[in-house]
Amino acid sequence: MAWNKVAVIGAGLLKFGELFDKSYEQMAAEAFQAAIGSVDKGFDPAMVEAAFVSTQRGTLWGQEGIAGNTVPSAIGLAGIACTRIENACPSGSDAFRVGAMAVASGVHDVVLVIGVEKMRDKSSDEGLLARAASGHPVYTRGESAPVLFAPFATRHMHEFGTTREMLASVAVKNHYNGARDPYAHFRNEITIEDVLSAPPVCHPLGLLDCCPQTDGAAAALLAPADRAVEFTDRPVYIAGFGVATDHPYLHEKASFVGLPATTAASQRAYEMAGIGPGDIDMAEVHDCFTITEILDIEDLGFCEKGKGGVMSIEGDTALSGRLPVNTSGGLLAKGHPIGATGIAQLTECWWQLREDAGERQVRLEQGFALQHNVGGRGSGVSVVNILTRNER
Amino acid sequence: MTTEQATETAQRPHPALWGVLYRSSTPFWEAVRRHELSLQRCAECGRWLFPPRPMCPDCRCAESEWVPVSGRGTVHSWVTYDESPHPAFAAPYSVLLVELEEGARLVSNPVDIAPDELEIGMPVRVVFRDEGDDFTVFLFERATPDAQEEPASAQ
Repeated sequence: MAWNKVAVIGAGLLKFGELFDKSYEQMAAEAFQAAIGSVDKGFDPAMVEAAFVSTQRGTLWGQEGIAGNTVPSAIGLAGIACTRIENACPSGSDAFRVGAMAVASGVHDVVLVIGVEKMRDKSSDEGLLARAASGHPVYTRGESAPVLFAPFATRHMHEFGTTREMLASVAVKNHYNGARDPYAHFRNEITIEDVLSAPPVCHPLGLLDCCPQTDGAAAALLAPADRAVEFTDRPVYIAGFGVATDHPYLHEKASFVGLPATTAASQRAYEMAGIGPGDIDMAEVHDCFTITEILDIEDLGFCEKGKGGVMSIEGDTALSGRLPVNTSGGLLAKGHPIGATGIAQLTECWWQLREDAGERQVRLEQGFALQHNVGGRGSGVSVVNILTRNER
Repeated sequence: MTTEQATETAQRPHPALWGVLYRSSTPFWEAVRRHELSLQRCAECGRWLFPPRPMCPDCRCAESEWVPVSGRGTVHSWVTYDESPHPAFAAPYSVLLVELEEGARLVSNPVDIAPDELEIGMPVRVVFRDEGDDFTVFLFERATPDAQEEPASAQ
């Protein structure tokens, strides 16, 4: 594939949480400053030629819908080329992919990708998720976010003997990691018993099987690989990416034990990177619910279909496990400010590949990290990005 | 707004329950209004098309036919909401993914099946409930495995 190699020269975020004291623009500015501050040899913001802004829901406040032209002004970049990217829960990871293509094509050199989402300023019944009751008002009767994943849990338990304890082990592991991530929304450890005794939300998922609603922003700076040395002596490169879609409605899902969009997106990313799932040292995957991480690690090829629950409860995905997953705390503990989520996951991968992850640092062997989101109506779209510290 | 209009508005089902009639879905909802279940099927490859649509997503054929179906099937998967995401739905309530005998899958709510009674494989059959003067919804109730009765109307 003829594409110019792309380096990630900086990345950063602000602490996720209920950020009632920070405006949308304020969060964007802080994430941008964090990314600038992360560039080893310094970075002049005037070098940014183009930006891609990801915000999933553009209609709650009035300005995010046109964030492509409001964000540059808010963060001191008025004049640059800038476009808003929306692609459901993978919005942030897709903005990153589009930014990478802008550099890989040779059209732009230095590109900013920035994700921003306000989830908490409105009450739950007026907020993003209530307004985002996506899909058809009758065919999707009575459905909401948990119902898009809970039937998969029920079916996975039925077909493979996956247990509530296996689901719970995902939440326990991700909260353990989140307690060690200063940027996480929730920084407390929990137990299997906590998860099992939490209030039910949507059978078989309880409160701690579900990610919180979180405000946040994250940003990354991209440049051609052959210019990386201007910015850092420890560059991280984009090895590959993939995006794939699927039928959106539950009635049309071929399987309730897997998400075909994830499988297809990851196969495209692996092929582009010239690697397989066995080459991945750590992964940040879409754990909006505990069952989702179990589906993810199967669909990404980290284990056999049906074995995700066992892999989780046996500790293979823990910080010290065979393949650490969601070292940042994941969506379950770090939070899921939708437009920012993918770029925050990529920031964690960037830290891990530069061995800057502190007590969350994993052991690197092949030098590849994978980032994944899946979402939209009925998990109808997935994006996978693969980063590497290996010379491209 | 007159009193009469206000009363009528108040009696309408919540907007979340209104049928949205697109050209492609009108035959489905007209059949439901008659307390019949009829699904669109691709004229070329025979794939069930639900929700109704102008083109088969598998073979891209634009020709389709409307085929009456039994309304009998089994629960393929299901969920129970313990928190309501919308004022139109009072928790706890369940959402079923039903696989019809004919192979098509539909999503709707159960009638008279408690959440702790639900299980994968449970036989169900369609029932219809009129909501206001101009809209009918389809729901599913428990069926005996070999029941051959005609679909009934929910009270």
